[in-house]
Amino acid sequence: MSATTQSPTAPDSRTPSKAARLLGDRRLPVAATALLFLVMYGVGLGRYQYYGFAEPQVFLNLFIDNGYLLVAAVGVTFVILSGGIDLSVGSVIGFTTMFTAWLVERQGLPIVVVIPMALAVGAFGGFLMGYVIHNFEIQPFIVTLAGLFLFRGLCLVISKESISIGDSSVSSMAQAQVPLGVGFLSIGAIVALVVLALAFYVLHYTRFGRRVYAIGGNEQSALLMGLPQGGTKIAVYTVSGFCSALAGLLFTLYIQSGDPLHATGMELDAIAAVVIGGTLLTGGSGYVLGTLFGVLVLGLIKSIIQFEGTLSSWWTKIATGVLLCAFILIQRFMTTRKKT
Amino acid sequence: MAEPRPVLEMTGIVKEFPGVRALSDVDFRLFPGEIHALMGENGAGKSTLIKVLTGVYSLDGGTITLDGRSVRFGSPLQAQHAGISTVYQEVNLCPNLSVAENIFIGREPTRMGRIQWKRMRKEAAELVDRLGLDIDVTAPLSSYPLAVQQLVAIVRSVGTGDSDGEGSGTKVLVLDEPTSSLDRDEVQELFRLMRRLKDEGVAILFVSHFLDQIYEICDRMTVLRNGTLVGEHMVGDLDQVGLIQLMIGKALDQLEELHDHQLHSDVGETLVKAEGLGRTGGIAPFDLEIKKGEVLGLAGLLGSGRTELARLLFGADQPDSGKATIGGKQVSLSAPNDAIGAGVAFCSENRKTEGLVPDLTVRENIILALQAARGWTRPIPVSQRDELVAKYIKALDIRPANPEARVGQLSGGNQQKVLLARWLITQPKLLILDEPTRGIDVGAKAEIQKLVVSLSEDGMSVLYIAAELEEVLRLSHTIGVLRDRRLVAQITNGPEITTSRIMETIASGEHQ
Repeated sequence: MSATTQSPTAPDSRTPSKAARLLGDRRLPVAATALLFLVMYGVGLGRYQYYGFAEPQVFLNLFIDNGYLLVAAVGVTFVILSGGIDLSVGSVIGFTTMFTAWLVERQGLPIVVVIPMALAVGAFGGFLMGYVIHNFEIQPFIVTLAGLFLFRGLCLVISKESISIGDSSVSSMAQAQVPLGVGFLSIGAIVALVVLALAFYVLHYTRFGRRVYAIGGNEQSALLMGLPQGGTKIAVYTVSGFCSALAGLLFTLYIQSGDPLHATGMELDAIAAVVIGGTLLTGGSGYVLGTLFGVLVLGLIKSIIQFEGTLSSWWTKIATGVLLCAFILIQRFMTTRKKT
Repeated sequence: MAEPRPVLEMTGIVKEFPGVRALSDVDFRLFPGEIHALMGENGAGKSTLIKVLTGVYSLDGGTITLDGRSVRFGSPLQAQHAGISTVYQEVNLCPNLSVAENIFIGREPTRMGRIQWKRMRKEAAELVDRLGLDIDVTAPLSSYPLAVQQLVAIVRSVGTGDSDGEGSGTKVLVLDEPTSSLDRDEVQELFRLMRRLKDEGVAILFVSHFLDQIYEICDRMTVLRNGTLVGEHMVGDLDQVGLIQLMIGKALDQLEELHDHQLHSDVGETLVKAEGLGRTGGIAPFDLEIKKGEVLGLAGLLGSGRTELARLLFGADQPDSGKATIGGKQVSLSAPNDAIGAGVAFCSENRKTEGLVPDLTVRENIILALQAARGWTRPIPVSQRDELVAKYIKALDIRPANPEARVGQLSGGNQQKVLLARWLITQPKLLILDEPTRGIDVGAKAEIQKLVVSLSEDGMSVLYIAAELEEVLRLSHTIGVLRDRRLVAQITNGPEITTSRIMETIASGEHQ
C-alpha cells in the first residue's frame, strides 16, 4: 500500500497527480489503438497510394467487410467487461448462417420472417448459457465451450453440405448500397454501426450498463452493494448471443450462403478485437469504442496484406498474434503500475 | 440525566449454529448520535451480533427494534433500506468505477432510463463536501489509497436511501474493523468523518481491536464474552485494565496461579536475530532475539500482531523493512522456502486450512515437509519412511496409531500432533507454534505443552503463541508483549512475573 508514504493531511497529496491520472486513465488504451490504426492507415497510404489505397471506399470497405465481426465483438465486449468470456460466438454465427439459409432456401420462408427467428434462437442460446453460468456457478469458459460444440454440431444436423442462397430479396438486400457522398456502405455495415451506437448508450447511460462494469470490477462487492448481479450476468450472455446471431445474419448476407464450417474460430477474432481495443480481460475496464478500433485494426491488416499482394493471407494471423501479445503486455504493465 | 430513546434496541438475541450457541440472550442498544464500541475477543460473538443485525444471519430468538418498530431483516439489502448500513474491513466497492459511481451505483439518478451523469456527479460532490472530505468524485476509486476508499464506502452507506425518497437515510452505521489496515493519520481522518456523522445524529457501532482507538472515539461500549453479554459501560467509567479483564473474563489476581513449572536454564547462543523487521499493515518494525533452546512466548490480544510477527519470521509474509539472521547467516525471508531451508518450522493456527491436507493419510501428511525439504526429485525410501512415521506416531501418541487413517477424521488434538510431527521430522532449529492448543481438549493441551518443554530441553528454540497468558507464562523464558501491532516489551520470565504484570503491560503499552 502506498498509504504510508503519503501524508493525508496535505490535500494535494491525495488527489492523484496529473501525470498519474493520465497514465491511469482508462481511455488511454483506446487512444493507443486509435493511434495505431491511424499510423497503420498512414503507412498504407504511403506504400499503396498509387494502387488505390487512398480511395475513401477502401476505408468504407473496412466496415463493409468487417461489419459482422464488429457486431460479434460488441457482444463479446459486454461479456468481457462483466469479467466473463464467450467462446460460442463463432459457432452461433455459423449456426445462424445454416439456419437462415436452410429456412429461406429449403423451407421457402421469407427472409423477414427468418431474421427475428434467428435472433431469438441466438438470444435464447445466450440466455441458457448465462443461466447455467450464474445458477450453477460454473466457469463461463466451460459453459460457452459447451455452447461452441453444441451450436457447431447443430449446424451439421441441419445439413452436412453448404447451402447457397439464391433468394432474390436476400441478394438485393446484400447488394444494396447506401450512398455516402464519397462512397457507399452496405446494409450490414450500417446495422453494425447502429449496434455499436446502441451498445455505447447502454453501457454508459443505463443502470444495466454500469452494473456490467461493476460486476467486472468486483463481483463480490457488486453483490454486497445490493446490485442484482445474477440477472445482469444472464443478461450479458443473452446480449452476446443476440449479437452473435445478428452477426450471423450479416455474415449470411455478406457471403450469401450457409455452411456448417462458416466462422469457425471467429470467437477468437472477436476476443482479439476486444482486447486490442483496450478492454481488460479481467473485466471492468474498457470501452466499446475501443472494440470498434480493434476490429478496424484487424480489418486494416487484412486490407494491407491484400494490397501487398505477394504475402500469404496467413500473415493476417501472424500480425494479429503479435498485436494481441503486445497489447496484453501493455495492459499488464498498466495494471501492475497502478497497484504499486 | 434523562436518556433519550435508543434508535436501536436488540433484546434477548439468540443465535445458534449446529452444536454451538454463538449468542445467548444478548441485549444491545444504540442511541442516536453516539459512537458505541462492541468489544470482545475473537469468537466472543461480535461478528455474529453484527451479522444478525444486518440481516446476514437469521435470528433464532429475541427482538430487534428500530425506531420503536419491531424489525427483522432477511438480507443486508433490507437492512440497508431500513437505514442500517455496514462498512466492512475490506472495502466492498468497485475500484474500476469513479468515486461518484461507487457512491451511487444501483440508485443512479435517471431520467427515462438514462443516467444523469451531471446530476450524479454534482450530488456526489455535495455529499462528499457536506461530510468535510476532499475527494475528486470523478476520479476512479482505484486512484485513491485504501484509507480514502474506506471513507468513500462510508459516504456510500450514508448516502443510501437518498434517492429512494424514503426515510432520512442512514440511522445506524456499522463499522466492522475499518481501521485495521489504516495508519495513524488515516485513522484520524476516519475519526473526523465519524464525529461529523455523530453530530448529524447517526448512531455508529464501531468494532476495533485497537483499545486506544476505542478510548479515543467511543462514548459507550458493550462487552461480549463467549456469546453472552458481560456489560454495557460508558467509556469514561472503565479503564483499559478493567476492560481487558471483562473481555478475558478473569480478575487479575485470579490469574496469579500455577506458576510452579521449572524452566530449564541451559539456553545457548543466539539462534535467530531480527533487526527492524516489519511489514506495513502487518506489524511495526521490531527487534527480536531467540536463543538456542529458548522458548519465546508471545502475549497480546487477538489481532495484536502475534501471528503477523510469526508469519514474517517464516517468510509467509514478506517483510518490507529490516533484516533477519538465523544461525548467524542472513536470510532473505522472501518465501517460506528460505525459512524452511534455514531450519524454521511453522505450525499455523488454522491447522485445517493452512496446514493439513484432510484427505491424505496421517503418513502422507507427516511425510510432506520432509519430502519438501529433501526436494521432490529424491524420494524417501519406503522402509525409512515407515520407520520415521511410526516413530513420531509413537512419540507424540497420535491416536488412532494408524498411519493409513485419513487426517480429516482425527480429533483436533490429534490433528495438531500430526502437524507437529510433520515439522519435527525435519528437525528444525526454530519451531513456531501459533495457537497450538486452540480448540483441543485439556489432556491433549497438557501433552503438547510437555512436548514443547522437552523439545526446548533438547536444544530446539520455540516461538510459542497462545491466547492464554498462563500458558505463555508457564512455558516461556522470555515473553514478548504485543499491542496494536507493535512489539511493546520483552520480559524475561522470573518468579516475580505474573499474568497480571503482563496484562498491565498489554493495557498500558509499556513495561514498567
